[in-house]
Amino acid sequence: MKVTVKYFARYREALGVDSVKVEGDFATVDDVRAFLVQRDSADVLSEQNLMCARNEDLCQLDEPVSDGDEVAFFPTVTGG
Amino acid sequence: MAIRVQSTAFDPGAEVNAMHAANVGVGAVVSFVGYVRDFNDGLDVAGMFLEHYPGMTEKALGKIATEAEQRWPLLKLEVLHRIGALEPGEPIVFVGAASAHRQAAFDACAFVMDYLKTRAPFWKKENTSDGPRWVEGRDSDHAAVDRWRK
Repeated sequence: MKVTVKYFARYREALGVDSVKVEGDFATVDDVRAFLVQRDSADVLSEQNLMCARNEDLCQLDEPVSDGDEVAFFPTVTGG
Repeated sequence: MAIRVQSTAFDPGAEVNAMHAANVGVGAVVSFVGYVRDFNDGLDVAGMFLEHYPGMTEKALGKIATEAEQRWPLLKLEVLHRIGALEPGEPIVFVGAASAHRQAAFDACAFVMDYLKTRAPFWKKENTSDGPRWVEGRDSDHAAVDRWRK
């Protein structure tokens, strides 16, 4: 399955890229996260306050993923 | 409802006036305006950049506004948020809620702001006297949103 991953704000800067494509056998958003921590040494994705979204909706790490999904990881939001 | 995410400045007074224009059934308008401060966490702030998640931002704000409209009898609801570069003193965010009576407008405005703070994908990067830094989320923002879950 192919998933597009987007990073924002401090994570985007820490990882030096705003988007990556990953391919693998993922069941959940957390599987995608763990894959990136391993493959890209993306340690920032292990932070406790990490937030995530699937197809532009906030979700939890146990959210199921499907082929073609867009997953995003970002630090706590600070708008307003 | 109206959701606007824009890089251009806006006039909060004009936004408030537009909340009851052409609808004399509106008896109450409650608005919130958030501004860029010139200090934060002990440092002078010369400006900031607001990053967002194009597409998700509008969707997230729309969901929050829809929930507010389902909870309170609103006649109009507007959410406006700036993105990009901002200077101290500039308005960042406007939330306006119009209803026949005041309580719905007060509650809906506070509800939208509390959810916006914790659910809408915006991130502030301040240009401080010590250099650029990302603003970190506050626990008090999560406590504020918890009061609506009952």
